[in-house]
Amino acid sequence: MIRRASGVLHGRPWLGLLLLLIPPLLWMGIIYMGSLVNLLLYSFYALDDFTGQIKFEPTLATLQQLFTSSSNVDIVQRTFVMSLVVTIACALLAFPIAYFMAFHTKGNSKAFWILLVLLPLWSSYLVRVYAWKLLLAKEGIISWFFDTLGIRFVLDWILTLPIIGGFSLSSSYLGMFLVFVYVWLPYMILPIQASLERVPKSLLQASSDLGAKPNQTFWKVLLPLTVPGIAAGSIFTFSLTLGDYIIPGVIGAPGFFIGQMVYTQQGTAGNIPLAAAFSLVPIVIIGLYLALAKRWGAFDAL
Amino acid sequence: MTTATSFTEQSKPEIAVCLEQVVCSFTTSGKTVRAVDQVDLEIAAGEFFSLLGPSGSGKTTCLRLIGGFERPASGVIKLFGADASRLPPFQRELNTVFQDYALFPHMSVLENVGYALMVRGVPKLERIKRATEMLESVKLAGFAARRPAQLSGGQRQRVALARALVNRPRILLLDEPLGALDLKLREEMQIELKALQRELGITFIYVTHDQGEALSMSDRVAVFNHGKIEQMDAPKVLYDAPRTEFVAKFVGSANVIPGVLIGRSGLFALRPENIRVLEGYHNGLSGELLDIHFLGAQTRLEIRVGNERIATLQSGVSHLERGAAVTLEWSEQHLRQLEVSA
Repeated sequence: MIRRASGVLHGRPWLGLLLLLIPPLLWMGIIYMGSLVNLLLYSFYALDDFTGQIKFEPTLATLQQLFTSSSNVDIVQRTFVMSLVVTIACALLAFPIAYFMAFHTKGNSKAFWILLVLLPLWSSYLVRVYAWKLLLAKEGIISWFFDTLGIRFVLDWILTLPIIGGFSLSSSYLGMFLVFVYVWLPYMILPIQASLERVPKSLLQASSDLGAKPNQTFWKVLLPLTVPGIAAGSIFTFSLTLGDYIIPGVIGAPGFFIGQMVYTQQGTAGNIPLAAAFSLVPIVIIGLYLALAKRWGAFDAL
Repeated sequence: MTTATSFTEQSKPEIAVCLEQVVCSFTTSGKTVRAVDQVDLEIAAGEFFSLLGPSGSGKTTCLRLIGGFERPASGVIKLFGADASRLPPFQRELNTVFQDYALFPHMSVLENVGYALMVRGVPKLERIKRATEMLESVKLAGFAARRPAQLSGGQRQRVALARALVNRPRILLLDEPLGALDLKLREEMQIELKALQRELGITFIYVTHDQGEALSMSDRVAVFNHGKIEQMDAPKVLYDAPRTEFVAKFVGSANVIPGVLIGRSGLFALRPENIRVLEGYHNGLSGELLDIHFLGAQTRLEIRVGNERIATLQSGVSHLERGAAVTLEWSEQHLRQLEVSA
């Protein structure tokens, strides 16, 4: 039996490959992509105003609602700006750490640093978010720290700033930003570190040999070659922030974010078409971002 | 050490590179190894100088010390008389052709070649002009817009050469630049490199493990072994008068004959092509013919004398047969006494 099976497979390598691919194809194709497409299709339906039931007739009314209702536009804008700022901050913070890990550690010390980066992911995300709520609270350790140093007025001044300020750090956009950066930072560090590891040392030596000062080597050789890693990391941080509904619910000013909107619309409000329309936003934004990144040559060095 | 060769005697040229008692060591898994061990070296301006040795002999580390990619633990490195021991590569007036070429994958061929000009702030138009000229001189004029990944190994090698030469350095370091090429291309490039060096008058410092390459191209060769220079001489001297057993074997694979075999004391080197093989037993060193290798223009005979295996080379075809009794003959001038190395 086995012998016959192997006889059938021999000389037909595609058959073996197909057999191996069927389970993941089924999973990705039907369970994952299928339900995603189904969800997105719902954004082309709308709720019946009288009955509150979904009317299964294709319409652009729901998508229109997304862009005409000023509160919905606000939500999209707010989420987009937060995602962008978080991504930029993550990239700026992650690069030096990744650089250090890639070029100044090896063997055991590299493993140690990777462990340090990954360690926070071992505890529940919810626990960490609530822990941050306490850290950022008015009576929390960060306030205490400012008090102890006698620079309370700095924190108070920051909190009086428009938009990012608030009653306390835990109820301001600044606090929300800090928590977002904290939770997504590992997702930026690791891809950048991997891309730095892939840059042959001889390229940096060649650059220096040809007369480039260290800052020129950085801008002309190292950074362009790590752009794919930064792009990969930024897709993580950007899309994770775009879709998150827990952090905006626990920390920060009261304005809604896309994730919260999806959560409320499909739950309490029972408006699955509008929830679907909102979940379309991150997908479109990430798609545009990838297209732009490719256009700018971010993946040329791959 | 006889550093005085025909080259340095003719005119007393400027010293381009000078190493004084240079030591460079690496620590791997707790053990410290001296990759370069108290090396003294003087390379004249305009010289084609080769660092020859097996892998791990310290020749590449020595080149990297000159280039500034490694720091000496002790000793002094001078470039044109000025102490450069602590200078980073970008402050040294020399350029390097790397073993893996190290071309920037995200830049076009033209951008690669123009890189040294760009980082020095040469205006764009002049940069393009000079890089294009350089590409023409290595016969790659039509490839300016390509990416390195779209070139063959030999073409990449030329781009690396053009990139290193575009800023007209006074010293060019070459780290086994032909190692990745096939035999035919390698031989062509050897001739081209030598011609280029003669034309430009630049000091070439060339690392190779291929003794044929070192002998055919260089004005002088330093033979490295265990981080030290065993001998430093013109190729002809190196070949005719090896001073140690290592040099005798590594350069042109000479027979190393213990003195007892010929009724003397010490060790002697004898080149295979300097031995005549006579059939039968005669007065002299006799043995048994073990193997015959026909090499085309020459025939290589392996002869067992006592416990030693001695190789000979003779032109044309040999009429001898395996197992035959033979006698070896040579003229005294070809027998070289070797220093007994530690």
